[in-house]
Amino acid sequence: MAEFLQFCVSGLTVGAVYALVALGFTIIYNASDVVNFAQGEFVMIGGMATVFLTAAGVPLPLAALIAIAAAMVVGLALHRLAIEPARGASPVTLIIITIGASIFLRGLAQVVFDRQFHSLPSFSGDTPIQFGGAAILPQSFWVLAGAGIIVLALWAFFNRTLLGKAVLATAANRLAARLVGINTSFVVGFSFVVSAAIGAIAGILVTPITLTSYDIGTLLALKGFAAAMLGGMGNPLGAIVGGLAVGLLEAFGAGYLSSTYKDAIAFIVILGVLFVMPGGLFGRASVERV
Amino acid sequence: MTNLKTCLGGAALLAGAAMFAGTATAADTIKIGASLAVTGPASFLGDPEAKTLELYVDKINKDGGVNGKQLELIVYDDGGNANNARTFATRLVEDDGIVAMVGGSTTGATMAMVPVFEDAGIPFISLAGAVVIIDPVKEFTFKTPHTDRMACEKIFTDMKARGIAKIGMISGTGGFGKSMRGQCLDVVGSYGIEVVADETYGPKDSDMTPQLTNIKSAEGLQAVINPGFGQGPAIVTRNYRQLGIEVPLYQSHGVASKSFIDLAGDAAEGVRLPASALLVAEKLPDSDPQKAVVLGYKTAYEEATGQPVSTFGGHAYDGLMILVEAMKRAGSEDPAAIRDEIEKTSGFMGTAGVVNMSADDHLGLDLSAFRMLEIKDGDWALVE
Repeated sequence: MAEFLQFCVSGLTVGAVYALVALGFTIIYNASDVVNFAQGEFVMIGGMATVFLTAAGVPLPLAALIAIAAAMVVGLALHRLAIEPARGASPVTLIIITIGASIFLRGLAQVVFDRQFHSLPSFSGDTPIQFGGAAILPQSFWVLAGAGIIVLALWAFFNRTLLGKAVLATAANRLAARLVGINTSFVVGFSFVVSAAIGAIAGILVTPITLTSYDIGTLLALKGFAAAMLGGMGNPLGAIVGGLAVGLLEAFGAGYLSSTYKDAIAFIVILGVLFVMPGGLFGRASVERV
Repeated sequence: MTNLKTCLGGAALLAGAAMFAGTATAADTIKIGASLAVTGPASFLGDPEAKTLELYVDKINKDGGVNGKQLELIVYDDGGNANNARTFATRLVEDDGIVAMVGGSTTGATMAMVPVFEDAGIPFISLAGAVVIIDPVKEFTFKTPHTDRMACEKIFTDMKARGIAKIGMISGTGGFGKSMRGQCLDVVGSYGIEVVADETYGPKDSDMTPQLTNIKSAEGLQAVINPGFGQGPAIVTRNYRQLGIEVPLYQSHGVASKSFIDLAGDAAEGVRLPASALLVAEKLPDSDPQKAVVLGYKTAYEEATGQPVSTFGGHAYDGLMILVEAMKRAGSEDPAAIRDEIEKTSGFMGTAGVVNMSADDHLGLDLSAFRMLEIKDGDWALVE
């Protein structure tokens, strides 16, 4: 039982990060049909910028805010300089542009930051909390709470604000949205900025647990993409469920079956689900409703 | 216009490369070649190696050179890429006319270059880790760094001394962790130690608590060993403390750098690992015969580069010094004569330990080359 709880905690913590990356995919995908493979780089920028700012003497909360702002600027630049000029191109072309952007950002990070691994001090200490035989790091609660707050805030934003509804309208039908007076280019750019901010927050929250370096984005983008596909591309709830599911699958796979094939186990389950439900767990139906 | 610019740019680059590669070819110099991973993912190896070679070739030349002649060092940057390394090896032999070679930062690059030097009959001292470089023995190929097999043996010796008989293993699946796991499993039997849990993790994994939970619940666990490299061992160490595992944790020489202590933080306290004496140069007792060598190298390197010393640069120092001493003994620059003298190296005190080569041992290090260290108060401490 203690082992089961430990695997759950481990899976949920890692899964929350995948969920936040998947959420970033979802927001941009909804607004523009683009799968943004530079999403993992936002996570990296959040973590690395915070590390270097705190090392330079900036207090942690301020450093985190500056790092999030920096990621948002990069997100906006990505849209304005790379995606917007190619508007009208097919989604595949745009996706390839984002892959190029992610390689570029990784290269840039090597120059601006460095090639070493870095860590941040935990926000509220390193003493694990014992719960039913499982040891939970306080930072895990920060990650889970952060993910929960972001999801709630996004839900409120999309359902309670005019701008949020404009994003949903653009996602549903860009031409119609433009006809009713929504500036769709602004909305798409805005979705990049929001995604970048979410990625950066995720990066800051997990750095004390997972460490960070210039190239952590690649793997996170891959796992986050898998999570988004599992949950149903374009569905925010699906992104969260998909992310947590991938995290739990990895933890249980490593714990109960074989640590060597842990990634394979997760991906086999994902393939199995997609085989039966091609749209993902929350796919088709919700997309139509939006 | 753009094309013209590109052309000019390309020409400038080529000219730069040529200047970097080879300068005057005066007949009174002894040419030594090197192909190192100065840039790229293995640059943490190649960068200190290149700096060390340049630093010490300058020093030797200022002191009058070797056999009355100046050394000329020709360094190429293979970026850790085996194909590039092979090309540079051919160029060093055919165009540059070197008499001996130091380096090969990675095992892949080294193995790609071995046939070139074996065919040309030019002595080649590799700076890469794997045991395949010198086992089986190749006539012209030598190496300076200790092998992962020796790291395993050092750890098991220490475990035996502490009365540990049942251990868990958690290994990275990257090249380094995989190779060391294999070597450890290979030799563990002869120490009477039993592996009761054997787990792995991917090189980019960020959470190892599931694997460690399984190890923790293994019957009779007395210690855990973590062959791995990069950030993985730091995360393993943190997760290890998180789960409150009380038995001793052993890391490999792959994490023997200050950055490991920084990343693992307080969790690193009490972790033991085998490492080169270079890391604890100041802490060695004055009676230690290695102290003068490691302290001398450390001071010279840190003064010249302003960067903290690394064991990898030390391997380059050892390689160059073994070569220079062999050339002095041979009294000539005939590659075959140099090779014979390198093989006769005995009692050479390098940063990695005492080197005693022979016809069937082209490494020449024994277990005393490794020091068992323990992390105490955020710093290294000698166990022995």
